[in-house]
Amino acid sequence: MSTRQFGARVERNVDPKLLRGEGAFVDDIPLPDALHVAFLRSPHGRAQIVSIDTSAAKRHPGVAAVFTSDDIGALDVEMPLLIPHPSMKNPKTQRPLARGDVYYVGQTVAMVVAVDRYTAEDAAALIEVEYAPLSLEMDLAKALTDDAPLVHADVPNNLAAHFIQTSGDPDDAFARAEHVTKITVQVDRSTAAPMECRAVAARWDAVSGELTVWDGTQAPISVRGGLASVFELDEDKVRVIAPDVGGGFGQKVLLFYPDELLVPMAAMRLGRPVKYIEDRRENFLGSSQERTQIHTIELAALRTGEVIGLRDFFLHDTGAFIPYGIAVAQVASTSIAGPYRIPNIFVEFKAVYTPTVQVTPYRGCGRPQACFAIERAMDQLAEELGLDRFEIRRRNLIAENQFPYERDGLLFADGLKVTLDSGQYGKALAMAAAELGAENFAAEQAKARAEGRYLGLGLACYVEGTGLGPYEGGHVKIHPITGKVYVNTGLSTQGQGHDTVFAQIVADQLGVSPQDVIVVEGDTKAFDWGVATFASRAAVVSGNAIHKTALTVRKKVIEAAANMLDVDPDQIELRDSAAWVKGSNRFAPLAAIATASNPLRYAFNKAAQAATQFAPASKHDGPPLADGQAPGLEATDYYSPSRSTWAYGVHGAIIEVDPGLCTVKIRKYVCIHDCGNMINPMIVEGQVLGGIAQGIGGALYEHLDYQADGNLANASLMDFLVPYATEIPNVSILHLETPTPLNPLGVKGVGEAGCIAVGAVVASGVEDALRPFGALKFHQVPLSPNMISHALEQVGY
Amino acid sequence: MKPSIFGYQAPTSIDEAISILAGDPDAVVLAGGQTLLPAMNFRAANPSTLVDIQHVADLRGIEVGADVIVVKAMTRHREFELDAEVARVNPLVAEVMQHVAHVPIRNRGTVVGSLCHADPSAEMPLLLVLLGGSVIAQGPSGQREIAAEDFFQSFLTTARERDEIITEARFPVLSKGAGWAFDEVTRRHGDYAIVGVGCVLSLDDGGRASRVQLAACGIADTPVRLNEAENTLTGTVLGASDLDAAVAASAAAVTQPDETHVSQTYRRRALGTLIRRMVTTAAQRATQMETA
Repeated sequence: MSTRQFGARVERNVDPKLLRGEGAFVDDIPLPDALHVAFLRSPHGRAQIVSIDTSAAKRHPGVAAVFTSDDIGALDVEMPLLIPHPSMKNPKTQRPLARGDVYYVGQTVAMVVAVDRYTAEDAAALIEVEYAPLSLEMDLAKALTDDAPLVHADVPNNLAAHFIQTSGDPDDAFARAEHVTKITVQVDRSTAAPMECRAVAARWDAVSGELTVWDGTQAPISVRGGLASVFELDEDKVRVIAPDVGGGFGQKVLLFYPDELLVPMAAMRLGRPVKYIEDRRENFLGSSQERTQIHTIELAALRTGEVIGLRDFFLHDTGAFIPYGIAVAQVASTSIAGPYRIPNIFVEFKAVYTPTVQVTPYRGCGRPQACFAIERAMDQLAEELGLDRFEIRRRNLIAENQFPYERDGLLFADGLKVTLDSGQYGKALAMAAAELGAENFAAEQAKARAEGRYLGLGLACYVEGTGLGPYEGGHVKIHPITGKVYVNTGLSTQGQGHDTVFAQIVADQLGVSPQDVIVVEGDTKAFDWGVATFASRAAVVSGNAIHKTALTVRKKVIEAAANMLDVDPDQIELRDSAAWVKGSNRFAPLAAIATASNPLRYAFNKAAQAATQFAPASKHDGPPLADGQAPGLEATDYYSPSRSTWAYGVHGAIIEVDPGLCTVKIRKYVCIHDCGNMINPMIVEGQVLGGIAQGIGGALYEHLDYQADGNLANASLMDFLVPYATEIPNVSILHLETPTPLNPLGVKGVGEAGCIAVGAVVASGVEDALRPFGALKFHQVPLSPNMISHALEQVGY
Repeated sequence: MKPSIFGYQAPTSIDEAISILAGDPDAVVLAGGQTLLPAMNFRAANPSTLVDIQHVADLRGIEVGADVIVVKAMTRHREFELDAEVARVNPLVAEVMQHVAHVPIRNRGTVVGSLCHADPSAEMPLLLVLLGGSVIAQGPSGQREIAAEDFFQSFLTTARERDEIITEARFPVLSKGAGWAFDEVTRRHGDYAIVGVGCVLSLDDGGRASRVQLAACGIADTPVRLNEAENTLTGTVLGASDLDAAVAASAAAVTQPDETHVSQTYRRRALGTLIRRMVTTAAQRATQMETA
């Protein structure tokens, strides 16, 4: 066999192209004669539209069309509710262009199509809209009160959803408790800020009746289904392509954004290609956000520190609409007990409408909030019981012999009972303690304090349900001319390295190098069954589908090669792009085997001569293609997970706080994580480190500053503080590999892992560092210098 | 984020540039473009015409004289930062420059452009005020010199008339034996300062401060020379109680109101911390210069 590729640090196939600037993003697709779109967006958080006058805009030179809700025909309906759930009584979704009312600053009111974006923006400025502003409430708790202004007139108390889940007997646990601790914590609103904003381009071919849409989406197949349905076209007449995409982080999985419908509509109506390239300001105002949750969590414990019960009540900000259902809140509520046994759980949430852009999953999807709540509560419990923070966790972690560990009564995002399938939680905690130098930290801390420096240790554990169904597929084909292997799946990639890890999986089965495996995805013409890229699921779901498919193709190759080389199939081994007779120098290249597997009439090249009707290798008694046989070396198969597989990890940090300037420096950051078998450790480390960087953003920097009037004060990358490389410390990442029993490859997802625990780690470390000043509490992230200053002021420093 | 329609002119002489400005009330000067162009993309600035001064003769370069460093209008931050002669006569410049945005921005942005923008959190205005420098303004009626403390009038507002071009800035050199220091607190590396403090001081033979210059940015609507703190510290050995007094004397200089993430109280705390640290560092350097 060749060297095993699964598990190797294979360099990414996609990188040379991207690093040379040869990537093709939506805006790079050549579309001669294309028109460009600009939107007029609402300047009000909540208002009635009294009138819209587009006449001056329509007269502006270079303008092809101006659309309001009156001009878009059948599209003027509320967009789909993607994930229905009985906890929502009156779920609201948005119309492509506002009709009657606007519900947040940035909502699309009118669309201008013009010869270029400059002209389109000039014309948009000429549209006159008269608004009658309405009162609004931005505060989550106040929005629920009886006299609060309503986002939607027919949704009392702005209550979008209310849901309770119970596991075990929490009332009994709290009655038995020897100690109860309770805190309220908050994680603030943030945004994914992908490097490439969203983008859509469309071309309508009136001759063939085909609509082609380039969309920087995480869900091309789902978008295709939606467009076919909206425009009443056969699915085969709609092609959706997600070309190179510069980051998604969940923001690009929502469908539809208004432009995804309106751009194809304009292309069809105007008979010219149309494109819309979202700019950064629009990404801040009009694309999904996530995070604000306020949790009040109580832990019922025995004096030993064993937690026997948990109650959590939280408010979840869902924005003005709820197109993605309760997914974020549901993931938070089912992740609330983290990696701990805690057998009795009561978790309740209220999702609240606020006059802001909709909330849908952003990398982490409710888990950072749940982790912040449980981990901060565990720290407080440890302090109150006089236990070390590592020790209290050690006493509560699910032990290896307790898997699968079920939480009866908690249904995860896949609609199935939470079942933590496998792991070595205790070992991960011990590794984190060792890597942090926790044993000697107290001495180090004391020494630093003597020098006037304030060091703290921060710690947090997390779990992550990954690899949601329903299914994905894989298609594998060996090309008869080149011998290269083509692989397709129904996902799209936003930079994760799918093309490399899927290639590694296939390379092992077919005896080729990963560089000779060409992965094409994100194009409904390449593969048109599947769902989308989200929920840390690509490696788990598509990875296993492709693996299953590769096994089938492997079997076909071996059978065909055995026939050609006239040996038993078990005498064949695959390596170096060929089938070899074991222990000999006899071989047949994969290209030749693929060619011979396709009965030919025409010898279009030398290799093909061997497959034509008079060639010796083509001798057969029956028809050239036997009943039930297909030509070539090709297969398609699917994988549908029985349930989610749960990854986990422990993060820790040594943090220095400068009380004079109230600044925080992460001196050391340690991540122990386990995503099952790793297909490519280098790519895993990239995912984890990227997640940690985003987590540091959420812990210390990234905060959407909504004003009381609904305006976002920092809708730019100058004022919304995405951390630079200068803010990200070196991170030591240590791997544990506990294969999941749930899928053939033994893999779990890792896309979101890095970001989950960081907020809790940082807050925990800052508290520890400032202990000499008193019992300061940090129960909110992002944690700003101002908050530290305020806390110090409270204790008279 | 595309600008509205604007005109563009590329004069080759100062007089030509001034006459364009004088003839069009909505024309503005384009130097490095690091602030103006983003503002135009946001349509926060909608000039009728950009008067690009990069082709104007005599607006490039740095001249180091006996008492003053002359920085011409088109001199980029990076040139000022890396100039060996400047570093020799005023090592504070390079120290301040580390904090100005990021290298790609410093490669294009100009020192004089930053002064004219007059962001009260920015480093260049603070440096000019701290050193007691000046600018030369040239307009239809000739040239005038404007002292730093008169130049910065309020938030993003200077004494420059709209048909004037600031042809150069004049930064004094440090006196022999002077110690210097600058630091600032920011959320991220390269951001505008929340608070920044610069200090230049000289010690007499007895180790007492014979001259103290102290200035801060980020605390008011202009950079501020902390005169009361300077007076408090002058003549002292810069001990802990002297620093306490200087910090107390500076508290009232913080007039910037509370903002979402930065309270006035936090600004005062940061200002006090930076005054202590910068005075101490400058004094150490002055002592080292003396013993060297």
